[in-house]
Formats: sequence, structure tokens, C-alpha cells
Amino acid sequence: MNCGHTEKKLVAYLDGRLTMAERRQFEAHLALCAVCRERAQGFRSVWDALDELPPLAPSPAFDSRVKARLAQEQRRAGFWSWIMPSPRMAFAATALLIASIWLSSFQPAQLPVTHAPAGSPAQNTEAEFGMIKDLPVLENYDVLTSFDALSELPAQESAQPQSLNRL
Amino acid sequence: MARSDVQLMLDVKSGDDSSFELLLRKYRTPVVNFLYRMVRDAAAAEDLAQEVFLRVYRARGQYLPRAKFTTWMFRIATNLAFNALRDGRYRQMEVSIDQSGVDRSGDGESKQPALEIADRQPSIELELIRRDRAELIRRAVESLPEKQRAAVLLHKYQEMDYDEIARVLGCSESALKSLLFRAYETLRVELAPLVGAAQVQAQLTRPGK
Repeated sequence: MNCGHTEKKLVAYLDGRLTMAERRQFEAHLALCAVCRERAQGFRSVWDALDELPPLAPSPAFDSRVKARLAQEQRRAGFWSWIMPSPRMAFAATALLIASIWLSSFQPAQLPVTHAPAGSPAQNTEAEFGMIKDLPVLENYDVLTSFDALSELPAQESAQPQSLNRL
Repeated sequence: MARSDVQLMLDVKSGDDSSFELLLRKYRTPVVNFLYRMVRDAAAAEDLAQEVFLRVYRARGQYLPRAKFTTWMFRIATNLAFNALRDGRYRQMEVSIDQSGVDRSGDGESKQPALEIADRQPSIELELIRRDRAELIRRAVESLPEKQRAAVLLHKYQEMDYDEIARVLGCSESALKSLLFRAYETLRVELAPLVGAAQVQAQLTRPGK
């Protein structure tokens, strides 16, 4: 044995974890090597010194805080398990949500692209204004076409052909 | 007959919360102390220690007694400490032993000194020497690289076996022995002026220690 072995053996020697044979070998080395002997003594002193470090006492509220945090977690877990009774359902709901977001991201691209007419910007604005103006009529188209009250106006119906005849 | 830690944890797994309280009572002090030496801040150590127990409880359903309970628990504690140090959440706070006694609970209730020191009624001079020594030792331990520090704390204060510490730190037993050797060698050099003062040490380690 030489000083190179000390790195792997010294701590185990001081802990009393070497086999009898290993221990004898190591002690034989210590008897010959002042450096390793000094190191072994130094390690023992360090261990004694480490015992001098005062321990830290947990705060008196330590246990109650752990329990409070656990209770809080359990309340939260209870709420989520009420909403999502099983992990499978949670996974399915999440997958559905992701899929719907993903699909909706494609919709604008599938719509036919309407190119602006070659007219001037002023013309375009006028056309758009016309459309907006007619919107209430278009929206009420069904109501107006099946408006029974109009059919009850015979006088107007007969008057119109007459006036046309006159023309 | 007292139940083993593994049995207590298996009881927790089967829904017995009183067994969890026993584990909490048994290990809160070692876990808080380990984390205190790791993150160097008493309030942070309490927070992290609470997180350790929460994780133990959360994982009760998946608990399998493959290793000692302490190996499993200190692995959680070590990972939390390493992550906290890496995140920089708990910067190397230089809390002196005297300062750390100021209301750690944060709720104004606890006014007792944080560091419970055995009352040996030494003379003022000896008390000052003892405090200086403790401060030097604390600084030396806390300036070790984090993995070496964890190894020393688990070896010296938790008295864990080499294979247990190696499992906690995720290294081989051989690597652990080298790690411990390097750590103690650093401490030996750092504390050389201190450990040489055998007389003072003898006085301080007399009965009551």
C-alpha cells in the first residue's frame, strides 16, 4: 500500500469500515508514512470540530405549516377532481381544445381570397357604403317577403296597373 | 414495537396520515439542518424542508420500499437544495449565528433563538471563543462545493452508509469516497489553526457535549 490508496481508504478506516486485512495493511502504511498519519489525525480533529456546530431547531410552527400546505393542496386537488374526475378525461379535454385551436387556425387560409377591384379607393368606399346601407333590408328580407299585411292592400295593387295603363 | 420508517411510509401509502405525522416529527430537525447547511439560510431551509415533506406525502401512492426511507427522503432534499442553489433563489446569505436567531417564523410569534445551544453556562470568554470557532467551522463547511458539502453533511450528521450517500448523490461508492476525502482534506487545511488548539477544544467538549 502507498499514499495513493489513502484517498479511497482513509475515511473508511476512520469509520471502521475496512475489513480486518485492509485495516492491518492501512495501519502498516500509517506507521511508515508521517504525512498520511498526520492527515488521519487531521481528519479526526475535523470530525470533532464538526460536532461543535450548533444544530438549528425548526420553528415551532413547522408541523402546522406542512399540514396547512397539505390541506390547501388537497382542497385544490378536490376541486380539480370534481371538474375533471379522471386524468383520461382531462387529457381528452385538453387534446380536444388543442385540436380545435389548431383547426381554427386554418380557416382564414381556406376562405377564397377576394381581391380588391381595380377601381379607385373612392369607388370602393362608395360600394361598401351602399352595401352597409342595404344591410337592414337584407337582414329583414325574409320578413318583408312574407309580410301578410302587404297582401291585404288590394287598392294599391289595382291602382298600379291602372296608372301603368295610363302611361 | 416501533415500526420501521419503511413500514410507516407504507402505512401512509395505505391512508394512515398519523404515520406521516410520525415521520414528520422524526425527520423535521435533520432535514431542516441539512438544508440549512446547504442553502445557508434558515427561512429558506424551513421552506424547502416543508416542500420535502409535501413531496414525500404526494408521492406516497407510488412509494416502493426499494431503498431506505432516509435515502429516498434525502435524495428529494438534496435535489431541492441543488435546484434552489442553481436557480439562485437563495443567494449565499451570510447569516451569522447571532443574527439568525431573529424571528425566523416571519409571523412575529417566534422570538426564541434559532440556534438552540446547550446551556453549559461557560464563562463569557469561553463562550466567545466557542462562537468564533463555530463561525469558522460554519464558514468552512459552507464554502465547500455543493456536492462535497452534501456528502459531508450526510456522512457526518446523518451517519448514512456510503452506498446510501452514493444513491442520494447519484454517484458510485468509489466516487463518493474520493468526494469525502477531498472535502475533509479541504476542511483539514481550512480549519488547521482551529483544530490545532487542542486545549480549548478539550475544554469545550467536556461533559454536556
